[in-house]
Amino acid sequence: MAEFKLPANSTIQRGKTFKAEAGAKKVKSFKIYRWDPDTGDNPRNDTYELDLEKCGPMVLDALIKIKNEVDTTLTFRRSCREGICGSCAMNIDGLNTLACLKPIEDVSGDVKISPLPHLPVVKDLVPDLTQLYAQLRSVEPWLQTETAAPPDEERRQSKDERAKLDGLWECILCFCCSTSCPSYWWNGDRYLGPAILLQAYRWIADSRDEATGKRLDDLEDPFRLYRCHTIMNCTRTCPKGLNPAEAIGKIKTMMVERQG
Amino acid sequence: MSMQDSREAAMIGRRTDGTTVRRPLSPHLQVYDMLQMSSFSSILNRMTGVAWSFGILLMVWWLVALALGEPAYQTAMGAMAHPIGLLVLVGMTVAAWYHTLAGIRHLNWDIGRGFSLPAMYRSGWAVFIGTVVLSVLTWLPAIPGAVEWIVAQINTHS
Repeated sequence: MAEFKLPANSTIQRGKTFKAEAGAKKVKSFKIYRWDPDTGDNPRNDTYELDLEKCGPMVLDALIKIKNEVDTTLTFRRSCREGICGSCAMNIDGLNTLACLKPIEDVSGDVKISPLPHLPVVKDLVPDLTQLYAQLRSVEPWLQTETAAPPDEERRQSKDERAKLDGLWECILCFCCSTSCPSYWWNGDRYLGPAILLQAYRWIADSRDEATGKRLDDLEDPFRLYRCHTIMNCTRTCPKGLNPAEAIGKIKTMMVERQG
Repeated sequence: MSMQDSREAAMIGRRTDGTTVRRPLSPHLQVYDMLQMSSFSSILNRMTGVAWSFGILLMVWWLVALALGEPAYQTAMGAMAHPIGLLVLVGMTVAAWYHTLAGIRHLNWDIGRGFSLPAMYRSGWAVFIGTVVLSVLTWLPAIPGAVEWIVAQINTHS
């Protein structure tokens, strides 16, 4: 159900401020969501002032600089630093994106950073993604066939058939889209959300897959698919430039078409 | 029977010493940019839909009053001609036009078109501008009278 306010244990308190070093020329403030399970405290926003003259260009560079030089307790996920692993997905300046792909100079004023929205917080900027992974498992994201594979070769696709997967296979499962979706916030227990539905469509659209009917049957549900109200926050926020809303629209179209 | 939210399981975490702790829910409406075109046009569609549902009740009231005869009809017309009543009527007109145009925008999506980001912004602005234009056109016959009334109010109060 829609609960617009944060629970009492989740409201955000004012935190500490870490001043920029003396003589800093180009100071930028980073307001970062902090929560430590080992204290009994509510989450807080800590402010870190950095000299951009001594920092890399991306928000992830700033986070790493803070962790290395200012406050080693700051906790966040990161790996590839080039937008291919999806680890550093977080809310920056009001929109979900990858910290490694977000230039600091694109943010006017203070850089506000919080974890992906409406998820349980493990620590600081690290959210619990268990529900999203379980939902991904539920759409069985692998090739399913009845017929035997041709001997000694792969299942073939035409160029046109293969082209239908473009814009789908590139998804890195960072979950920026699902956690930007108000429908997913309010009904994420039963609604699958844009990331998972794009993955479902990736297999529905695959000419080699032979479980299309079953996949559509599984999605024919007032919540799993039809909680999508085409808000389009998902497409707006995707750091890979993909279009989950369109993928969901195509599933809906197929649902109508197969009714004849 | 109330159904437990399956997400509840992940709200329980562990501290370093092994004891359990209730995790906070990360901020959503509190931090997200809800005034961007995508979510703003969607929220407005919801709100105008609710407003227009009440607008239909007003219309039913007006029709029932019409059927009941002159005294009831005079009461209804009097209420709607009152400045506050007029304001509500204008609001209902705006809501009805917005909800209708946004509905057409949704029909276009429902036939699988207009999903690109530029198309989403174009159709969003078209709905906003269309709502203003159609609302003004709807009330065009009443505008000279309204201006006259406002001028008269200013003259009596000055």
